[in-house]
Amino acid sequence: MARSTSKDAQALFQSLRSAYAATPTNLKIIDLYVVFAVLTAAIQIVYMAIVGSFPFNSFLSGVLSCIGTAVLAVCLRIQVNKDNKEFKDLPPERAFADFVLCNLVLHLVIMNFLG
Amino acid sequence: MAASETSNGTTLRHAFGNVFALFILLLIGVLAFSIRLFSVIKYESVIHEFDPYFNYRVTQFLTKKGIYDFWNWFDDRTWYPLGRVIGGTVFPGLTLTAGTIWWIVNSLNIPLSVETVCVFTAPIFSAFASWATYLLTKEVKGVGAGLTAAALLAMVPSYISRSVAGSYDNEAVAIFALIFTFYLYIKTLNTGSLFYATLNAIAYFYMVCSWGGYTFIINLIPMHVLLCIVTGRYSSRLYIAYAPLVVLGTLLAALVPVVGFNAVMTSEHFASFLVFIIIHVVALVYYIKGVLSPRMFKVAVTLVLSVGLVVCFAVIAVLVALVASSPTKGWSGRSLSLLDPTYASKYIPIIASVSEHQPPTWPSYFMDINVLAFLVPAGIIACFSPLSDASSFVILYIVTSVYFSGVMVRLMLVLAPAACIMSGIALSEAFEVFTRSIKFQLPGAPIDSQVDAGDKSSDNTTAQNDVAKTEKSEDTIKERPSRKNKKKEKEPVGQPSVKSRFEKRLLVLPLEASILAIFLLVLLGAFYVVHSVWAAAEAYSAPSIVLTSHSHDGLHVFDDFREAYAWLSHNTEVDDKVASWWDYGYQTTAMANRTVIVDNNTWNNTHIATVGTAMSSPEKAAWEIFNSLDVKYVLVVFGGLVGYPSDDINKFLWMVRIGGGVFPHIKEPDYLRDGQYRIDSQATPTMLNCLMYKLSYYRFVETDGKGFDRVRRTEIGKKYFKLNYFEEVFTTHHWMVRIYKLKPPKNRIRGKTKKSKSKTSSKTGKRSGTKKNPWH
Repeated sequence: MARSTSKDAQALFQSLRSAYAATPTNLKIIDLYVVFAVLTAAIQIVYMAIVGSFPFNSFLSGVLSCIGTAVLAVCLRIQVNKDNKEFKDLPPERAFADFVLCNLVLHLVIMNFLG
Repeated sequence: MAASETSNGTTLRHAFGNVFALFILLLIGVLAFSIRLFSVIKYESVIHEFDPYFNYRVTQFLTKKGIYDFWNWFDDRTWYPLGRVIGGTVFPGLTLTAGTIWWIVNSLNIPLSVETVCVFTAPIFSAFASWATYLLTKEVKGVGAGLTAAALLAMVPSYISRSVAGSYDNEAVAIFALIFTFYLYIKTLNTGSLFYATLNAIAYFYMVCSWGGYTFIINLIPMHVLLCIVTGRYSSRLYIAYAPLVVLGTLLAALVPVVGFNAVMTSEHFASFLVFIIIHVVALVYYIKGVLSPRMFKVAVTLVLSVGLVVCFAVIAVLVALVASSPTKGWSGRSLSLLDPTYASKYIPIIASVSEHQPPTWPSYFMDINVLAFLVPAGIIACFSPLSDASSFVILYIVTSVYFSGVMVRLMLVLAPAACIMSGIALSEAFEVFTRSIKFQLPGAPIDSQVDAGDKSSDNTTAQNDVAKTEKSEDTIKERPSRKNKKKEKEPVGQPSVKSRFEKRLLVLPLEASILAIFLLVLLGAFYVVHSVWAAAEAYSAPSIVLTSHSHDGLHVFDDFREAYAWLSHNTEVDDKVASWWDYGYQTTAMANRTVIVDNNTWNNTHIATVGTAMSSPEKAAWEIFNSLDVKYVLVVFGGLVGYPSDDINKFLWMVRIGGGVFPHIKEPDYLRDGQYRIDSQATPTMLNCLMYKLSYYRFVETDGKGFDRVRRTEIGKKYFKLNYFEEVFTTHHWMVRIYKLKPPKNRIRGKTKKSKSKTSSKTGKRSGTKKNPWH
């Protein structure tokens, strides 16, 4: 039983890796960016857990900035993904412009909130 | 050739339809604005009621001192001696909006006063709200339904009651913000555009600025997302509509001082975070499903889901622990009374005492949304065919708002737009079916049915409009209807497609029946219009600061409130403190510009209880309490002479309850005879000796010789008495407001030596006291 699960898991990771290898480079870059943002958020949360959350607005804006960046990047990834049928008629330039606008708003708010 | 002619004709009709829709929208805006002007025409251009006076005062401050002073404003004229940080405890949306309008208008050299701007803010925004309703309903069901819904919203009585000219309250702009936020959410959901998601977050920010009801949005949208996920309607558009909204919305909400860290700390917002996590898990699952082959996916499901569930449970456990560790389980009193309608009346008399926090009665549904109540079920059915993401959202909106409106009267306001949208959909679908069956049976003259509907009544115009743009309304409902639609456009000109004709045939009703049905629907609409105009003109436009009554000898105007406040502002010192029940606090500070002890903000229960205790204590104890609060004048509202029912005697039991909640020596049964509240000769001695009774009925017997109270319809119990610690300084024309001054404390040495003597010599003491007042 245990062996079959581990074998299944191995096969799964194999196919996941092969499937992921097929994704275009620009999507991989976005993925890297998302992972980086999430990691930064995680580091901040760990730091908060160790040191304390005293300037709470700073902590909040730091973490939410990272999460927000990640979420927006995921949205961009969804929109520029060629396999995604829902966004066939959305040009990638438009998607990127929206992404930039949204990021701008997000970081203006964060700068305001940082205190 | 036929084809080109068709396309030419359609574009022409499209253009014509667009212009027509724009024109109708303009008319709807004018209608929404002008139906709310009854209060100005019948009375005058004044601010209404209680809370609007506070908002008006804040706006005055903002326009005078500027935005930065506004944020830092510490108001020392209320809640004496505590004061109140206005900038940090007020929802600034309304004030900033009116202030901006005032600033723009004045920089264009149009000299409007701040009061005028404040009076007309609500009607202007109700026009905006009806346009927002149009947009929202258009996203759900097309242009025809949108126009109908907008016309209905423009004159729904429930919304009129909160947005007549002069009713300068948060709800005035908040309903617009609410509908507009929902519209942008639906728009994002339909298009999957990040641009609209950004706009959505900004609209949500405006809503958070405007009204505490924003928690409705931040709970309803996650509910809808959850619903979509559970029913298997997850799409990447849903992710784009929701995930950025949570992050941006939370940050933006935290920017508003009155919300601040509450945006992440209180459990009203936790639902959105929970769904935020869930949607990420679901998005990951869908992504992996798309990448892997079905067989491998089955393997993955077990792995991913088990890990995901563990994470989810951990997060839920953390959240539950957080909620449980905070006092009142993290829910504020008002929200708790939403979930459990009996909560407030059981635990918080100060919430229960506000009449708009009571559960509504059945007649109030009929009064406030009228025929819409019957059309809503039809609208819900129409939303189910076909069920889209947008229409499921509207269904969820109506269901939750019906529940909330059943808890609190004032949340009828949230129900009203939902009811309008549903009824708009129902009406427009019905008209579409009927007009189409007429159209099919009169093959030669499809235009004729449009012409006879040239009336000005809203339903007629929308019906007519419906016929003109049946194809347009179907355009927005995705591919399948639009294909059907193209076939239908060809029908009158080219050869009809057999299949679609067959489909249509099934929906065709007999000619007579459909004409009759249209007639009945128009009648229903007319009835609604008549009722709404009546409600706007008669029921909801009284400013409550000026009262009128019709009697056999003509119209009587009672302007006693302004008379009293004007007296206060002209005859008292600037720093004098005026005590009254909290209802009149805002008006006193705004109109008389005097410091008050408590006001309508009701943030400090103890302080209100102190005033309640003073009002329900005997004279001497009350004098001591008031004196300790540095009070100079006491103001009571008394309706016994003219029959004004919402006076202080009728509110008195709440003073007793609230006072008794903090100071246990005040007991409600002491004021009731056999459980009955009465002020006639059967009343309890505690009641007859309490300050409120005495201040209300002092010298009352001199008016008609009997002391007959016209509100309670009895003769009062104790007719002849003197006041020893208070002195009547002013009573308005109709005795509706009575102002008393606290007599100055007696000379210490005399007062100490003989208590009885001090009582008998009170008259002389008063005389000498006013001459050399030690407090001046």
